[in-house]
Amino acid sequence: MQVTRRQFFKICAGGLGSSSLAMLGFSPSDALAEAREFKLARTTETRNTCPYCSVGCGILIYSLGDKAKNVHAQVVHIEGDPDHPVNRGTLCPKGAGLLDFVRSPNRLKHPEYRAPGSKEWTRISWDEAFTRIGKLMKEDRDKNFIAKNKDGVTVNRWVTTGFLAASASSNESGYLTHKVVRSLGMLAFDNQARV
Amino acid sequence: MALQSLDIKARSATTTPSPAVRETMPVAKLIDISKCIGCKACQAACMEWNDLRDEVGTNVGVYDNPADLSAKSWTLMRFSEVEVEQGKLEWLIRKDGCMHCADPGCLKACPAPGAIVQYSNGIVDFHEENCIGCGYCVTGCPFNVPRISAQDSKAYKCTLCSDRVAVGMEPACVKTCPTGAIVFGAKEDMITHAEGRVTDLKSRGYANAGLYDPQGVGGTHVMYVLQHADKPELYSGLPRDPAISPMVGLWKGVAKPLASFAIGLVAIGSLFHYVMKGPNEVSKDIEKEFEE
Repeated sequence: MQVTRRQFFKICAGGLGSSSLAMLGFSPSDALAEAREFKLARTTETRNTCPYCSVGCGILIYSLGDKAKNVHAQVVHIEGDPDHPVNRGTLCPKGAGLLDFVRSPNRLKHPEYRAPGSKEWTRISWDEAFTRIGKLMKEDRDKNFIAKNKDGVTVNRWVTTGFLAASASSNESGYLTHKVVRSLGMLAFDNQARV
Repeated sequence: MALQSLDIKARSATTTPSPAVRETMPVAKLIDISKCIGCKACQAACMEWNDLRDEVGTNVGVYDNPADLSAKSWTLMRFSEVEVEQGKLEWLIRKDGCMHCADPGCLKACPAPGAIVQYSNGIVDFHEENCIGCGYCVTGCPFNVPRISAQDSKAYKCTLCSDRVAVGMEPACVKTCPTGAIVFGAKEDMITHAEGRVTDLKSRGYANAGLYDPQGVGGTHVMYVLQHADKPELYSGLPRDPAISPMVGLWKGVAKPLASFAIGLVAIGSLFHYVMKGPNEVSKDIEKEFEE
């Protein structure tokens, strides 16, 4: 491009003038300032219990959509439940980061089996898992169940198998867990939430 | 009617005044350092609410994780082990982040219209859509808070969860805090709450306990209760008397109006010259002479 001395001065003057006007506040478009839209406005709120420790904090789970038939719900946000007497809305760093626990790629979603000595986990069906667990439990109980101790007192105990239950359980599921485990005579029974 | 969910009090690089008739309640976040256990729930809640996931860093030998604020870490616990007197070691944990100054240095320094706004409730918010990434807010901030993202060259910092406060909720960090070290409410109530905490700390042997609400920046909407208010530097270098850099005042207060005046003078002078003298006429003879 050929620019004469005179044209060069005109371009410079135009540039300086327009940028100065913008600096003085006469900008061509005034952008609107707006706070970020509240992201939970029409999400579905569900109460639940934090699955981590024995404190059992109440949480509110917010999911996409309003449960309409064609919407596939997805958890988008989790925070403390202010109406829960245990934590009254607060959460520790683990609880506050629950969203990434829900969506973790390492999350276990189905039963898996690792044969003794093997390094590989293989996916099995729930039926296979229950059948195998039931069979092994029965085998072990038949072999090791103690009905009476050496003084002849009835004790009905089974100490060679232990049971670990989940923590985010309601009182009702805790009651059922107890019923099943104790009626089998099992003593070693624990849970990070101490049902 | 305002066109936004919160009334705007001040707007960067804008000369037209903001509507100022409605009176809204100033809010504040109070961080009681004596109650903080450094659990970092506030950091996790902040990331979760604001949809931020910072890079997983490396251990730098201290509990600070991440090591510094970033465009994706808007709040950070800073741990300092201080021997306040011979044989008395204290672990002072300060939740760092934007202080939401009543007289914000970032907003004053910002040349992009509407990139930084101050709401009438005291929150100072960045609107990244309007940010040009010049970094003046970083130099303008007395607390070294804003960070420019390497990803999109825009400045980011704590918003005091303006999107939550706009619908009547508390910021995410405040809600999650398990020890109640972070509280939120009307600024007036927060000062009263702090006074109670200071009295309690004094009765427990912290004679210099006090509220950190620095007047050099017009007071802040994020305040601290300090066990050693006489020595704020102990808390990972919290400035004793923060003020906006004099360069910001010099540029915006003196240089800019002077320059504007000079531009105007030049324009009038040019017009005057044009009317009096007109364009420079070059005669054919001279033109020919130069061409040869």
